Amino acid sequence: MSETQPFVFLGCLDLNELLPHEAHDARELVEQLEKVPIESIFCHTSAALLHRPVLAEAYPNDFSLWVGTEVRDVRLAERLAAVDAFHAGSMERVREELIATVSDHLQHLGTAPPRTQGKRFRFYQVHLVPVPTGHQARTLIEFRDALAEVDVSALFYHTIEARYRAGRGRGDFAEWVGGVLARPDLADRLAHIDPHAGSLERIRDRHLSVLSDAIAGEGA
Amino acid sequence: MAPGALVKLDDYRQVAPRGTVDFLMRIGERLRGKRLLHVSASRYGALAEGLGRVVAILNDLGVETTWEITIGTADFDQVSRAVTKALAGTEQVITEGMLARLRETGVDNARRLRLDADLVMVHDAAPVGLVEPRGESGRWVWRCHQDLSSAQPQLWNALRPVVQRYDAAVFSLARFAAPLSIPRFIVYPAIDPLSERNREMSRSEQAQQMDRLRVPRDKPILLQVGPFERQHDPVGVINAYRLVKRHHDVRLVLAGPPPAPGGDALGDVQEAASHDPDISVILLPPEPQTELNALERAATIAIQKPLKADFTLEVATAMWKGKPVIGTIAGGIPFQMVVNVTGYTVETVEGAAFRIRQLLSNPELIGRMGAAGREHVRRNFLVTRHLSDYLALLAHLTG
Repeated sequence: MSETQPFVFLGCLDLNELLPHEAHDARELVEQLEKVPIESIFCHTSAALLHRPVLAEAYPNDFSLWVGTEVRDVRLAERLAAVDAFHAGSMERVREELIATVSDHLQHLGTAPPRTQGKRFRFYQVHLVPVPTGHQARTLIEFRDALAEVDVSALFYHTIEARYRAGRGRGDFAEWVGGVLARPDLADRLAHIDPHAGSLERIRDRHLSVLSDAIAGEGA
Repeated sequence: MAPGALVKLDDYRQVAPRGTVDFLMRIGERLRGKRLLHVSASRYGALAEGLGRVVAILNDLGVETTWEITIGTADFDQVSRAVTKALAGTEQVITEGMLARLRETGVDNARRLRLDADLVMVHDAAPVGLVEPRGESGRWVWRCHQDLSSAQPQLWNALRPVVQRYDAAVFSLARFAAPLSIPRFIVYPAIDPLSERNREMSRSEQAQQMDRLRVPRDKPILLQVGPFERQHDPVGVINAYRLVKRHHDVRLVLAGPPPAPGGDALGDVQEAASHDPDISVILLPPEPQTELNALERAATIAIQKPLKADFTLEVATAMWKGKPVIGTIAGGIPFQMVVNVTGYTVETVEGAAFRIRQLLSNPELIGRMGAAGREHVRRNFLVTRHLSDYLALLAHLTG
């Protein structure tokens, strides 16, 4: 009898590297978006989740946040907020959408774009260092219980990093539940949890609730 | 835990976010056996206070961490002070001879100290020259705690080639970083929640300290902690208080170290405060951690109104004690706050007064912002997060 391949939970450390790219207005922003490494696009869209403050901010990525609060161009901020890093398919596609959005806005502006009233936009890239959390699971119940305990960075590593940067299918949780536990229905439900839920803790809660429903269903 | 007791990693379970200590222990296992060496010019001061705890916990985690001090002659101390001021943007005369002294002292110390480690982290400008004779083994990082955005150009032009001998530089804020050809990482400073400045304090001890400082607790207290220097704008804070006073019966406490000879704003502050018994001007003792802990806990609202500032961890220390902060956008102040959630940023005396009045008129907002601020600090500005950043650096640079 073959043994179930366990799910090994990894958390991650993150290290922010300041890049020599910056922008003072939307025109400079689009110029730099074309030049920066793709890791920087990941850092300012998906990885923003790693450091989201206590309450969710109005805009979901650093670009819209900067344009909204520092440049105070609400129209562009709203349009950039609508660029969905989690449904674009790849980070290159996210870059294209961001560039297209800013370029279109500039074309229709008619005047020089407003300059930042405060902070300039500084581009970063994030380096992730995976770290074993010491938790692993072989069954759905073990998986749910471990997920409730692990460091919150594991949520980022196995969902956002796995799916949107490393290209590991629909994320490690859905892949393991679908592949190893042979529960495609449940894998689908996990894969459809919206990363825009607000914070990693909220994403954890949504996973726990889906898993608990599935476990309760097994018992019924 | 009792004041002065030896702090262990486990003690942080009661204050750090859930799972943080276990996660740090796992990281420690991954990096066990790596050797990290910190080098600074002194074991005293604000930097050293935090670093001591970081070194102890890293060793607790199994990362072999040591801390060496460079030494220099009396004239080197003068050179180092001038260099520090010039890097901060205060015009200084820096001669070729002084620059040569800085480099020679680095090389002399490099001969004297044992600098073999997987990662050597050199703190600030005085020991920067240690890197010049470095060998091939180990990685070297320059940890600059200063704001270099307005460094004296002649000095920075001379130091930049030395800094570029390092494998990377670490700054506290992007706006403090100077252009360099090596990777630049950003690591925010952090507070130690178990230090004397931030530990829990009983109401009776707090009352005792406030009595000793002669600050009555009969009215809401507005507090600014900071030097009595013009760039910290204590007179501006008094003016904001006066605008508030027309509507709310409050006290203002200004607490800071005694000014150095020639310190410029204390006279003005004392003069402005002399006719108002509700203003307390407190000259802090040399080790003021207990007094500051009590003052911050007794405060209703914390104010930080400098015109130019370093990272200003006083914001995080006040937020940790559940206080809303009204601050300017100088230095690291806005980076520690979630604006409109944990406090407000302001640019004028009138703005500060308006926000103070707004809070005093909505006591529930004070509680809500204070609680949000404490949680924000718990997740982002505790020493446990700082440790994670240093461990990430160690892992990233040494593989």
